[in-house]
Parts: sequence; structure tokens; C-alpha cells
Amino acid sequence: MTAIAAEPPRPGRLRRLAAWLHAHRRVQMLLLLAAPVLWIGLVYLGSLAILLLNAFWDTDAFSGRVVARFTLESFQQLIGSEVYRTIALRTIGMAVAVTLTDILLAFPIAYYMARVASRRTRTMLLIAVLMPLWASYLVKIYAWRVILQGNGLLDWLLTPLGIDGPGLTQVANSWVVLSYLWLPYMILPIYAGLERIPNSLLEASADLGGRAGATFRRVVLPMVLPAIVAGSIFTFSLTLGDYITPTMVSSTQFIGNVIYQNSSLGSLPLAAAYSFVPIVIMIAYLLVARRLGAFESL
Amino acid sequence: MTESRWVRIGLRIMTAVTLAFIYVPLLVLAIYAFNPSRSQVWPPSGFSLHWFAEAATNGRVLGAFGTSILAALGATGVALVLGTLAALAVSRYAFFGREAISFALVLPIALPGVVTGIALAATFKTIGVDFGLQTVIVGHATFCVVIAYNNVIARLRRMPRSTEEASADLGADTWQTFRRITLPTMGTALLSGGLLAFALSFDEVIVTNFTAGPSTETIPLWILSAIQRPNELPVVNVVAVVLILLSVIPVWLAQRISGGETASVSR
Repeated sequence: MTAIAAEPPRPGRLRRLAAWLHAHRRVQMLLLLAAPVLWIGLVYLGSLAILLLNAFWDTDAFSGRVVARFTLESFQQLIGSEVYRTIALRTIGMAVAVTLTDILLAFPIAYYMARVASRRTRTMLLIAVLMPLWASYLVKIYAWRVILQGNGLLDWLLTPLGIDGPGLTQVANSWVVLSYLWLPYMILPIYAGLERIPNSLLEASADLGGRAGATFRRVVLPMVLPAIVAGSIFTFSLTLGDYITPTMVSSTQFIGNVIYQNSSLGSLPLAAAYSFVPIVIMIAYLLVARRLGAFESL
Repeated sequence: MTESRWVRIGLRIMTAVTLAFIYVPLLVLAIYAFNPSRSQVWPPSGFSLHWFAEAATNGRVLGAFGTSILAALGATGVALVLGTLAALAVSRYAFFGREAISFALVLPIALPGVVTGIALAATFKTIGVDFGLQTVIVGHATFCVVIAYNNVIARLRRMPRSTEEASADLGADTWQTFRRITLPTMGTALLSGGLLAFALSFDEVIVTNFTAGPSTETIPLWILSAIQRPNELPVVNVVAVVLILLSVIPVWLAQRISGGETASVSR
């Protein structure tokens, strides 16, 4: 073999460092990991820890300042209060309702896109669904405010029928608007999940005597379940934490409103203690979702 | 499964209904933007471009736009760097706690924004950080990292290791291989991840509200306060329409990048 005229190695420090790194893969890995782990670990998880710690601190009765003295008072206050219990249950109920509504709305259009529409129509529909995902969250809430408010479009449509418009107070408004806001987050994973099902599988089911209904229940549904769960992470979590929609389109209090108000004006320990509700729910939700394989469908 | 005729007709109708549900509210807003009157009564009283001119010269709106762009650029930059580093580490090395990393990265978008917001605000206050653009960027970057990470790791998993090995065999050092092989392979993944991160940050209001402080105003923060002032509503209409139109750009770009490949929420 002829000798390869290799580029003479640059004696530069960078090159020597590269060679050294190449030989020390653990160091290479640690260097890669350092920044992201520090960021998420310190900035994010650290902040969460500080917040959760605050839930166990006391508030000075005179100054209203937070004092680093262990107490369970905030939790007792929350659990003992009828109001906070109602708000928590209302928020969770709303998250469930919005998630179910979005699954029901998303499934037909996702199914149509994935398995019925022609290639061209599919691309168009995909764009049509993606577009509002990028349009501003507040713009969408505002659009509904404009439609729902007195003398708005809905009033104008309903008055001739002798029905009063909903105005901006009904809880149901929040349900409609939240379902509207998070719908694309449900359509896209379900669509991707349905698209991944190979046709041969459905044909096999039909060949084995499965009718359309049975094939749907026993082949399609189990296979898109992870996708549905993935979508529901968004619909559920986004609803649990929203504090803008409930006050913008209705006069309702959600968990987010209590946290928000207490963080700025009221007691931080109370807000922190209340934060446990969505955090515990979402972590449990995520752990179940991961077991169901939803993370691959995110 | 070949869907029966009736199933297909039913699906078509439901698809049309859902699309109408998605687009009617946005259309209504677009119509209001051309309404000459200050009041928001339906139907609008005529046609006018007056409020577009008004919005274009509104210093507060323009300033908020600038702030939003700066915040989104900053957050996207941080997110791309951190997300890429994490993706490289997770896809290339086996180590203790690898599973935990992807879980920790998902947490900021999986936990409600109000929790992230209040946690960051409490921490900034505790350690005495000044609120402003920099705190907004930190907040946004935190939940954007996972977007970049997901995009890059999906690409790295599909990329054969052999090209990198070939590069090393041919005498390239770690940097050269990264610059000439790994980085170009990740190119479009970084672009689409960056695009999504930018859009998420540009639109974010829940965390921003906690981390901005009184002197920093992004476009969503401006809308949030202007919605509650009836006088400003005509300008809000215009800004809303502009934002809806602007959202065509990332969708168009994403479509070009992926070449019609299916786009999922975070990838």
C-alpha cells in the first residue's frame, strides 16, 4: 500500500484537545451534558424546588412577608376551604371535559386526513390545521370575546330566535374556548398515529373476518391510543394552568387564577401550596402516559 | 380497511364542520379589523383602513413587537444550543440517568405554564435578579429546549453513525467531523426546531406575565392589557389580523423544510 500523504497534524491546542477528547469519551459526554443539565436542573427544577419549599413556609401576620419557618398552614387552609376545593374540582372537571371534547372533535378530521383524503387534500388540511396553531393564543381568546360579548355576532344570530346570547360570564364559554384553543394539539398527534398504522394490518383484520366496527375497536383504537394520550397531555395540562381564558370569556376562577392572584398580591405560600395540585396531577399523568408509550407520539 | 360510502360522507361533513369551527372566529376578527367604528357591535358599520394606519404609528405596539422579536430570538438561540447538546449526549452515549433527562426536559412544557411562571418569578425575586427582557428569555428558553431537543434527536437517530466514523477514519478530528458532518445533517432539524421555538416564544403570555416585570412589554402582554381598554380595541383587531397573517410564514417555511413530511406538534 502506498503511504497516504496525510495532512501534517496541526500542532494547535484545539487539535490536541480534540485528540484528547476523542480518547476520553466520558469527558466528551460530560461536556455536552453540562449546560443543558445545569439549565434544566438549576434554573427550572431549582425554581420548582424553591416554589414548593415556599408552600411550607409561614407568613408573618403583621408584614405579610414570607418567613422561613416550617408550617403546614397553607395546606390546611386549602384543604379546609370549601372555595378552594370547588375551584380545584372545577378545573380538573374542565380539563377532563376539554380533553374529551377535543378527542371527539379531532378524531374524525384526523381520520379523514390520514386515511380517506387524497394526497393533495391531505397536505391542504394539514396546513389548515397547523395555521391556527401558530396564530396567537390571545388573538384566539380575543376572537371569542368579540363573538360572545353582548351585541356581538352570537347575539345578533340568536336574538331573532328569541334567545339571549351567552355574554361573557358563563362557565360553558370557557369550555368552548379552551376546546377551541387546544384542538390542533390533539388533531396532529392523532393524525400522525393513524397514518402510522399499516394498511396490511387492517386488511389482515378484514381477512380474518373482522367487520369495520370490530377492526376499528380492536386494531385502530389500540394503535392510536398512545397518540391520543400524547395529545391529551397538552389539552389537560394547558387547561389546568390557564388563568387567562376563564376570566376573559367567563367570570370563573380556575386553579391558575388562584395561583396567579396569590403570587402577586396575596400569599406566596398559599399559591405555592395550590401549585401542588396541577404538579402532582401532571406528573402522575406523565408517568402513566410514558408507560402507555405516549412519549414517542409527542 | 376501506371505509364504506356513508362513513366517508360522514367524515367529510365532520371535517368541514371542524374546519369551520377553527376558522370562523379568525374570520370574524379579520372583518372587525376593517370596521371604521370604535364599537364592537355586529355587524360592522362599514369599511375602513383607518385603524391599520393607527396601529402602524402606535409606538407602544411597535415597541412591543420589537421586544417580542428580541425575546424570541434570545430564547430560540439558548434553546437550540442546549437542546442540541442534550440530544447529542443522549443519542451518542449510554449513561446513568439518560431516561431522566428526557423526562426533565419535557416537564417545562408538560407542567402548566402558571407553575413555571410563578416558580421562576419566586426564584428571581429570592436571588435578586432584575426583571426584564433577560428574565423573559430565561423563562421562554426553559420550555423551548425540549422543542429543539426533540427535533435534533429525531434526526440524529435516523442518521447513520457510519458517516461520522468514516470522517474520523479519514483523519478528521472531533471538531472537523462535527462541523462538516454532524452539523450539516442536523441543519433542517435545527431550522424547524428553531422555527417552532421562535413561534412558541413569540406567542407566550402565561410565563411572560410572571417574568417580564413592569417595564418590559411583549406583543401578547400588550394585547392582554389592551383587551381590557375599550378604546384600544380597534387597534387590537388590527394587531390580531397581522398576527394571524404572520402565522402563515412559519407554516409555509415548515412545509418547505419538511417537503410535505408529516409535522407533529413538537417535532
